[in-house]
Amino acid sequence: MGMVNLTIDGIKVSVPKGSTILQAAKEVGIKIPTLCYHPDQSVKANCRVCVCEVEGNRLLQAACSMPVTEGMVVKTRSPKVIEARKTILELILSNHPQECLTCARNQNCELQELAEEYSIREYAFEHKVRGLAKDTSTPSIVRDPDKCILCRRCIDACSVTQSVYALGIENRGHHAMVVPSMGKDLIDSPCVMCGQCIHACPVGAITEREQIDEFLAAVADPDKIVVTQIAPAVRLAIAEEVGMKPGEMPMDVFVAGLRQIGFDYVLHTNFTADLTIIEEGNELLKRLKEGGVLPMFTSCSPGWINFCETYYPDLLDHLSTCKSPQQMFGALVKTYWAEKMGIDPAKIYSVSIMPCTAKKYEASRPEMQDSGYRDVDLVLTTREIGRLFRMSGIDFTKLEGSSFDSWMGKYTGAAVIFGATGGVMEAALRTVYEVVTGQELKDVNFTAVRGMEGIKEAEVDLNGTVVKVAVAHGLSNARKLMDQVRAGESPYHFIEIMACPGGCIGGGGQPITKSNAQRQVRIDAIYVEDENCEIRKSHENPEVKILYDEFLHEPLGHKSHELLHTHYHPKNKKYL
Amino acid sequence: MAEEMRIVLRNYGKIDPLKIDDYIAQGGYKALEKARSMDRETLIEEVKKSKLRGRGGAGFNCGQKWSFAYQAQADQKYVVCNADEGEPGTYKDRLIMENDPHTLIEGMAICAYAIGATKGYIYCRGEYPHLVGILNTAISQAKEKGFLKDFDIEVRSGAGAYVCGEETALIESIEGKRGEPRFKPPYPPSEGLWGKPTIVNNVETFANIPVIVEKGADWYASIGVPSYPGTKVFTLTGDINNKTFFEVPTNTTIRELIYKYGGGIPGGKKFKAVQIGGTSGAFIPEELLDTPVAFDNMAAIGATLGSGAVFVLDETRDIVDVVTRIAKFFEHESCGKCAPCREGTARMYEIMSKINSGKGTTKDIETISRLGRVMSCSCLCGLGQAAPAPVLTTIQHFKADYHAKLV
Repeated sequence: MGMVNLTIDGIKVSVPKGSTILQAAKEVGIKIPTLCYHPDQSVKANCRVCVCEVEGNRLLQAACSMPVTEGMVVKTRSPKVIEARKTILELILSNHPQECLTCARNQNCELQELAEEYSIREYAFEHKVRGLAKDTSTPSIVRDPDKCILCRRCIDACSVTQSVYALGIENRGHHAMVVPSMGKDLIDSPCVMCGQCIHACPVGAITEREQIDEFLAAVADPDKIVVTQIAPAVRLAIAEEVGMKPGEMPMDVFVAGLRQIGFDYVLHTNFTADLTIIEEGNELLKRLKEGGVLPMFTSCSPGWINFCETYYPDLLDHLSTCKSPQQMFGALVKTYWAEKMGIDPAKIYSVSIMPCTAKKYEASRPEMQDSGYRDVDLVLTTREIGRLFRMSGIDFTKLEGSSFDSWMGKYTGAAVIFGATGGVMEAALRTVYEVVTGQELKDVNFTAVRGMEGIKEAEVDLNGTVVKVAVAHGLSNARKLMDQVRAGESPYHFIEIMACPGGCIGGGGQPITKSNAQRQVRIDAIYVEDENCEIRKSHENPEVKILYDEFLHEPLGHKSHELLHTHYHPKNKKYL
Repeated sequence: MAEEMRIVLRNYGKIDPLKIDDYIAQGGYKALEKARSMDRETLIEEVKKSKLRGRGGAGFNCGQKWSFAYQAQADQKYVVCNADEGEPGTYKDRLIMENDPHTLIEGMAICAYAIGATKGYIYCRGEYPHLVGILNTAISQAKEKGFLKDFDIEVRSGAGAYVCGEETALIESIEGKRGEPRFKPPYPPSEGLWGKPTIVNNVETFANIPVIVEKGADWYASIGVPSYPGTKVFTLTGDINNKTFFEVPTNTTIRELIYKYGGGIPGGKKFKAVQIGGTSGAFIPEELLDTPVAFDNMAAIGATLGSGAVFVLDETRDIVDVVTRIAKFFEHESCGKCAPCREGTARMYEIMSKINSGKGTTKDIETISRLGRVMSCSCLCGLGQAAPAPVLTTIQHFKADYHAKLV
């Protein structure tokens, strides 16, 4: 590729043809401010805070969209540029609610950061908040349109990354606003509650439904026994919430931290992740043997379930009937575990810690009460746990570790990798291979299904039967595989779908994730943890074995069907 | 009255617009035939040499624009006519389409041949529903007579958004999307409608083409000001005796337009200001009236030619009030895509209202000047960049009027 030479702020730089000013400036360590720019999205050039002076041009040019040309001379901090940026920031701030102190994105807000960097000290324009109503219609996501700065990154995430098309623009000029399409409230839109819009938002206009107070009330209630489960993707990312690098907080320290903030028992969703593999693996084998509906789709990701129920209601029979690990856990903790511990299930307050916003919705589904109670009482995201940790004042570098409580706390490496795209598939293959062939799997690493590529595929020879599998993450990738299935052209037997890019490590409840590169770092940490696990196959989890021996008796058996499996419902969004 | 020079309006009043034979009798479609007998590069070279510049407001060399689309490699190219004549006080394109639709169609067909396009669109202003029938009739007549060959033209109606006169917003609108501008580059000749090379020209620009092809580039280039040759259609409104239209060579001065063609100010009142080019045009004071109505000459006095609307104010008019109303127009018409226009147009109207109602301070004038300065160089498209011009030019030329209204 040809190179282009240009000068930025007097510094000569040579970049590949087709680069933008923003990219070229980055090469020489010049930071140009941005708001609507997102490294994994298409260029929008609508916030205009990245404008720069290009010699010979009367107009300032947006660095994010302007391609460099040979001999170009760029000034990124001339008086004209600074005046423009400050004025644009003042304009945006002039109708932005001044609620930084009470905002979920306080100290993690791109607008706040720029206001600080550009020393915005007063309002040149009269401060007028639009006074729009918050959208609290979903159990997962809250939108505060007053805080929206119309950068449209959420729309891009929803439409391009996820192909959900739940958000759009209504009205024009300063009346323009981001609105859920086809309906007044988010709940009436095709929103699948994946929460990718939250990561995309540079400010606090979209957040999870925060339920910290509900947790604190439960802890304060002497009649409640507060039990938690931690999803596989949480530990890697929780470190980021307390100023550490992904994966840097050891599991036992995390567990100790959870005890410090008030959990009576700390258990692990990884346990039911292993259980999912046993149930789902057997379901797949049954479908293969008995000519059931294929390809079978995984069912761990509630955003994906919502998507399938919304856009592919005709393919619901393809979904594994297995509940997600969260809901399997919920159903068991108030039955099996309560019995084993001699605790009254009515007293158990079951809290799951999830990387996911859609899990809040999933836990609230009316069908998720097979224990006789609401199976999961409260879902807290990684971010909410991060806030509770910061509230607690714990110094995690000095906290002594603690281990999981019994009976639903043991897990294998196969469960750990559930957190990354391809992980469920890989975990399933590790088990299915051994169950079918009766031979020990020499190399448990199915690297073909790992990584950030949108759609991955692999083939496994199970005693002469070649099983074709595919993995997709991000719903627009899922859509490609679904369209293939709908057209009757899918070559696969088993398909893993995770709603969020990168899988759960990039879930809507994770620490604010600004790029796919950040997702990759978490993925890397997950495979390190898998490697460090003594047991790396789900069917070898000793506590899962006990569960079957004492309670479930067999995979896909009567008890399993009662507690661990479910069915799906078309969303009937009539306008679609 | 001084002599007009009618090129684009050459058939005005002479033919029945619904009869193609009338147009043919005036020599119509001969230029298309001639163009098709030339090779494409020669044809484009001829248009370039005529120095015809876009009549929509941006003033880009038409032949050069065509050559970009011609050189672009693509399986499909488009010719789009911008007939979204949304500038208040402008009706030149309507005149052409109402009275001589075939000249537009012929111009588009010549362009289609030149760049290798087989599909064309006329994006017609939503407020001109009566033109859709005229245009469709003319298109089917031209097809029936075999003039269009493999070139198809479809008429699309706008929905009333001013911003859709901006070429990329117009393209988005044709694609069925929200009418909002795209960032440039890439420009439409390389990536336009559905990502394909596209020529977007104004009605008046296309109407010039058949004449240029027929009479030659040298003839055209010799008319008016050399850097912006040819004629320009002006529509006169406001405090002026002849509230009508004129097509004049571009070396005509603003003063001639107002006093010779326009017949001066009614009631013996004195001239106060003239706004040229539409709502986003600059206000021009008495001392600059000897400027020729050509692109670069206007730019030199901080004004634009725009759409050719001429809006005259006499000495009794409250210019601050007029500009306040203009600010309201832009507050209403901003599409809301880019931050400085979305917020800026609203703030501009807010501050203008404050000043106009006697509550403004010198600080407000400073703020609105800074806002205007920033918008004019930072907004995503021409709408936001031009919106502050009436404010900035009146503060520049009529500062006393502002100061008279301050607290």
